[in-house]
Amino acid sequence: MQTLREFTRKTKRGNILKIVREHYLRDDIGCGSDICQHCFQNDVYALTADHDLQSSLFKYPHYLVLDTNVVLDQIDVLEEDVLRNVIILTTVLNEVKHKSSSIYKRINEIIHDRRRNFYVFVNEHHKDTYADREPDETANDRNDRAIRIATKWYDNHLKSSQVSKSFQRSGRQVTRVVLLTDDAGNRAKAEAEDILVATASEYVKSLSDHPLLADKLSHKTFANEKQALPQYPPHLSLREILEGLKQKKLLQGSFQASRENYLEGNVNVEQYEKGILIQGRESLNRAVDGDIVAIELLPQSEWSAPSEIVLEEKNVYADDLPSEERTEEEKVMLQQVRAAAVVDAERTPTGRIVGIVRRKWRQYCGILQPSLIEDTSRHIFVPADRKIPRIRIETRQAATLQNQRIIVTIDNWPRNSRYPHGHFVRSLGPLGDMNTENEVILLEHDVPHCKFSEEVLSFLPKMPWTITPEDYAKRVDLRDLYICSVDPPGCTDIDDALHCRELENGNLEVGVHIADVSHFIRPGNALDKEAAARGTTVYLVGKRIDMVPELLSSNLCSLVGGVERFAFSCVWEMDKEANIIKKRFHKSVIKSKRAMTYEEAQVLIDDSTQDNEIAKSLRHLNRLAKILKKRRMDNGALVLASPEIRFQVDSETHEPLEVEVKQLRDTNSMVEEFMLLANISVAEHIAAEFSECAVLRRHPKPPTTNFDPLIKAARYQGFEIETETGLSLSHSLDKCVKADNPYFNTMIRILTTRCMMQAVYFISGSLQKEEFFHYGLAAPIYTHFTSPIRRYSDIMVHRLLAASIGADSTYAQLLERKSNEELCHNLNYRHKMAQYAGRASVGLNTHLFFRGKEEDEEGYVLFVRKNALQVLIPKYGLEGTLYLKTDKDGKDGHERAKSTVVFTFSEEDHTQRCGNVVFHSFDPVTVRLSLDSSNVQHEKLVFRLVKPYIKGFSVETGSESAADVAAPPPTKKTKKNQKKK
Amino acid sequence: MAGRFELLSEQGLRLDGRRPHELRHIKCKMGVFEQPDGSAYMEQGNTKVLAAVYGPHQAKGKKTETNDVIINCQYSQATFSTSERKNRPRGDRKSQEFKMYLQQALSAAIKSELYPRSQIDVYVEVLQADGANYAVSLNAATLALIDAGICLNEFVVACTASLSKSNIPLTDISNIEEVSGGPKLTVAALPTAEKIAFLEMSERFHIDHLETVIETAMAGCREIRDILEAAVKEHLIHIGSAADWGRVC
Repeated sequence: MQTLREFTRKTKRGNILKIVREHYLRDDIGCGSDICQHCFQNDVYALTADHDLQSSLFKYPHYLVLDTNVVLDQIDVLEEDVLRNVIILTTVLNEVKHKSSSIYKRINEIIHDRRRNFYVFVNEHHKDTYADREPDETANDRNDRAIRIATKWYDNHLKSSQVSKSFQRSGRQVTRVVLLTDDAGNRAKAEAEDILVATASEYVKSLSDHPLLADKLSHKTFANEKQALPQYPPHLSLREILEGLKQKKLLQGSFQASRENYLEGNVNVEQYEKGILIQGRESLNRAVDGDIVAIELLPQSEWSAPSEIVLEEKNVYADDLPSEERTEEEKVMLQQVRAAAVVDAERTPTGRIVGIVRRKWRQYCGILQPSLIEDTSRHIFVPADRKIPRIRIETRQAATLQNQRIIVTIDNWPRNSRYPHGHFVRSLGPLGDMNTENEVILLEHDVPHCKFSEEVLSFLPKMPWTITPEDYAKRVDLRDLYICSVDPPGCTDIDDALHCRELENGNLEVGVHIADVSHFIRPGNALDKEAAARGTTVYLVGKRIDMVPELLSSNLCSLVGGVERFAFSCVWEMDKEANIIKKRFHKSVIKSKRAMTYEEAQVLIDDSTQDNEIAKSLRHLNRLAKILKKRRMDNGALVLASPEIRFQVDSETHEPLEVEVKQLRDTNSMVEEFMLLANISVAEHIAAEFSECAVLRRHPKPPTTNFDPLIKAARYQGFEIETETGLSLSHSLDKCVKADNPYFNTMIRILTTRCMMQAVYFISGSLQKEEFFHYGLAAPIYTHFTSPIRRYSDIMVHRLLAASIGADSTYAQLLERKSNEELCHNLNYRHKMAQYAGRASVGLNTHLFFRGKEEDEEGYVLFVRKNALQVLIPKYGLEGTLYLKTDKDGKDGHERAKSTVVFTFSEEDHTQRCGNVVFHSFDPVTVRLSLDSSNVQHEKLVFRLVKPYIKGFSVETGSESAADVAAPPPTKKTKKNQKKK
Repeated sequence: MAGRFELLSEQGLRLDGRRPHELRHIKCKMGVFEQPDGSAYMEQGNTKVLAAVYGPHQAKGKKTETNDVIINCQYSQATFSTSERKNRPRGDRKSQEFKMYLQQALSAAIKSELYPRSQIDVYVEVLQADGANYAVSLNAATLALIDAGICLNEFVVACTASLSKSNIPLTDISNIEEVSGGPKLTVAALPTAEKIAFLEMSERFHIDHLETVIETAMAGCREIRDILEAAVKEHLIHIGSAADWGRVC
C-alpha cells in the first residue's frame, strides 16, 4: 500500500516549495509481543506477557506507550531498570531525535538493552496506524493523534489475541496498553477515546515497589512557587531571536560563566575578540555555562569592566524566598564595579542575555547542601563546577545522600525561581573517598570509563595465545636482535622498543619497534569501536583508564622483556652522523631482551665496565639522539617546560604519600628523539601514499598576540623575546639566563608554553600542505605512530601504513575522508579532556597531600598582579595566588583597615612595593602552604608569605594572633610546625 | 560516513518505508500515443516518464554512409518535473550526458544488423523526477521500442543501488535518498544474458562493497524485467485480442 506525503518547505532563498514524497504503508510490521497470534514476527519477542511491576493505578499486566514529552523529560526514570515492556513509536523516536540528540542516544541505548523489553514499533509505516495529516492540523497535533491511534490499535490488537477459549481457560489476566503522557490536551483526548492513560509522575508514584524512583522524576513546577514573583526578565521566543539576529539587533554566542564571580560571565561572539561581558543576575538571565544564548549589546555608556572580585555565593536554603537585602547587596556590588570601570577606562562591550538559543545542560556532579529543616524533601544541590549555579531538587533520601557525591540534572528554570529546578540522577559514593573523587573527575571530563562490555571482550584473542607458523611467515623475524625497551618505572603498557647495531659497511641500523595493536584490533568490530570512542588512555594519579582491555594493553601488545611479541618496525640505515640513508617499514616478531627504566638505561650507558650488546646499542643510540636533537634545535624546535610531578601513592588507601618532580635524564630524550624520528618518517610515508585520508598531527603557529604577556614579562627583566619564527623564539629563550636565578629560564619557558596553541589531529585532504606544519617540533609534517596501546590515532596510522606496504588490507572507512575527519574530531576532544582530567587528578592529590599539613616552601613569583602575586612552587609544580589586598566585601576588610600594611602597585615595571620590600616577577619567595577545608566542596590551598618578612602581613612565627589578611585562618596547625619555628 | 544521513533505520526500513531490496511501485503502459511508431509511459514511484520512438526510417544526410543503424536519442526533463522549476528542459549538460548514456545502452540491445543505413529516434520526456531518472527513462524507452516493433536482443533495463551506512545495499534509489548523500550506482543490463550495457557511479565504492552493490542493482534489473515482460504480454493480449492473439500467449 502506498500513500503520498505532501508538505511545503522554505528554501534558503525564501522560495516556498512543495515537496511530495512517497510513503509506503506495510502489512508486515510485527507488534513485537509474544501474546500476539496474528503478526508475522521476524524478531525475538521484545514484549512479554510476564509482568511483575505492581502499579496501584493499573492492576493488571500492561504495556506502556510513551509520549514524546515523557521520553524527553523523564529519561532518567527510563534509564532506571524498572520499567519494562515499553513500546516506543517511531513517531516519538523521530520527535526525540529532532529535539535532542543526546536524549535520542540515551533512549537508543535503552532500546538496545534486550533485558529491558523496549520495542520500537514502526507505526508510521504500518497500514493500520498511519495518521494522515488533516487540513489545519499542526504537526504536533498530528503526532499526538498518531500516538493515540497506535495505542488504541495495540490495545485492540492484543485484546483480539486474548479472547480465545484456551486463553480464558489459562486464567491469565488480559494485558492492556497504557499511554503515558504529560500533555494535558493529549490526555483529555485519549480519555475521550477510551485509552488507558496516565501522566508519568502519576504512574511512577503508583509503583509501590519502587518508591525512590519518584526522585528521578523531572518536575516542571514546584508546588510552593506559584505565588512567587518573577525574578528574571522573560526570554524571547525562538522566532523573535531569529528575527533579531537577522536584523543584527541581537548577537549569538556561547555563554561562559565566570569561575570567580557568580554574577559575571562572558559570551563569545564571533565579531568580538574578547567576547561580551555580562554582569548581574538579571543580565545573566538564567543562562548556564555552555548555553548558546542571544544577547543584546548595552549602549556604550553602560559598558563595564570585568570586576576582579572573587564573589562566591553564600549558602541559601531551599525555602528562602528571595530577600530584598540580597538583591540590594548585588546592586551595590554592580554599582561599585561600574564606578570602578569608569575610572579604569578598561571598559569592554557589555550586554545582557535576552534569550536562549540552545541549552547545553548536562548532568552535574556535586553534593547536597545540608538543610536547616528536617524532613523536607526540597533541597539545594551544590555542583562541583563553580561555573554552574545551585540547583533545586526534590528528594526523599536526603539523609542518605548527605555525605555523598551525587549527580543531578537540570529540568527547567522558571522566571520566578532563583535557581534552576532539577532532579536527582544517581549517587557516586561517599564524599572524600578516592574512588568517588576519581569518578567525579572522570564524569566531569566526559571520560568513558565503564567496564568493557562482554561484546567488546569477545573480540579479544583467546588465551592461551600463541604465535602460529603463518604469523612467522608473514612477518620479519627480528627475535635475534638486541632489542630493548626504556620506559618510566612501573610502566606495564610498553609500546615501544629500540635497537641499534653496526652494519658491515660501517653504517648503523636503527630500529624502532612499536607494539602491533592493529593486529589484534580489527576494524569495525565492537572492540575497535569502543577504542575509537575512548580515543586515548587516561592517566590519573594511581589509576589508569585503559583505551583497550587490559589483556591487550598490559599483556599481548605490551613489549615486555624476554617474550615474543608482534611489532610494527620502522628501521633506518644511518651513517655515523645520523643521516638517514634508507628507511623501511615492516611487521615483525621481536623478543625484547630487556625492559628497562630510564634510570637503569642511564646507568648502563654510563657504566663503562659494561660492554654487552645492549650497552653498546644504547650508547650508539644515545650518541645519535644527541645529533638528532641538535639538528632539530637548529631548525627552530622549541624546548618548552611545564612543571611535572609524580605522586608516590599508597597502594592500600590510594592516598598520596610523597611528591617528586619528574626527572629528566639523557635516556628520556634519547627515546623521545627516536620516537619523533619514527613519527616523522611514518607521517611522510602515509601522507605520500594517502594524500586524501592520512591521519596527521599539526601544531599551528600561535598568533602574535598570544605572546604579549611573555614579551612584557621578559621586558621587565631586560630581555627581548623574538617571536617571528620558531627559530628566533628558540634563540631568544636560550638567552634568557640570569646568573642569580637559576630557575629563571625554566619559568620563561613555562610562560612560553602557555602561549602555545593546542596541537591537533587532522586529515591530510582537509588542509593545504603548508598548514601541516608542527610548530613546536619544527617539523613540516608529523603524526602519532609510536603509542598505539594508549592512543587510537596511532592505530589508525598503523592501519594506513600497513595498507600502504601491503601487510594488511584496506577497508572502506579507512579511506573515507569524512569518517576520518569525524574520528579526528573525537580524538582531539578526548585528548584535551584526558589532559584536563589528568591535571584535575594531580590537583586533587595535591589537596589530599596537604590535608592536615602546613609547609613552608620555596617559590617564585610568576606574575605580579594588581592585588596579588602569582606564585609558582617548583617542588609541587603548583601555582597559586598570594593575595595582597582582600575582597571588598569580605569580613577581613575591616581587619585590614586597621593594619598598616599597604602595597603599592606600579604600572610601569609591574612591581608591588611595601615599605622597602619590592616584589618583581620571577623573584624568589618563601610561602606557607595549607589547606582551607572550610568549604567541603571546594577545598583550596592557601598561600601565605613567609619570606621576605613584612611586619603585619607575613606569617608570624608561632603566634596565633598574626594578622592574616590574605586568607581565612588555617583550620589546623600541627604541633610539628610550631616547634619548627 | 560523517554528515551522511542514515538511509536505513534500525528497524530495517528506508525513509519511505521500503525494505532494502524492494523496488518502488511500478506502473507502465504501452502505446499511449498514436502519432509515433511506438510509445510508452512508465511510473516508478514518483518518477514518471514518457517515451516515444520513430523509426526505423531512412537516415538523413551524411549518416547514410555507415552501414550501422543510427540511434538518435533525446532526453528532456519537463520544467515542472522537480520541486524547484527547471529553466532549461533539454540541452543542458546533464541531459546531454543522459542522452549519450541512453544511446549506449540501447545500441547494446537493438539488433543493429537488421537495420542498415536506417535511423531510430527515441524521445524521452521526464514528467516528474523523483530519483533514478536515467534508469526509468531507459526502461520506458525499452517499452517504446518494443511497442514500435523494433527487434531487440532482449529487454534492456536499468536499476540503481546505493549503500546504507551499515553497509547494506539498497535497491532503486529515490530522490530523497540521492540527495541525502548516499553513493549511487546505476546499472543498465541485459538481465538474461547477464551482460552489463552501462554502469555509472556517483562516487567511489570500496572494492569490498562494489560487488554486492552491483549484484543488488542486477537483481533489481531482473525484477524490473519480469514486470516489464508481464506488461508487454498483457499489452499484446489486449491489442491482439481482435485477431485472436490472446490464445497464443
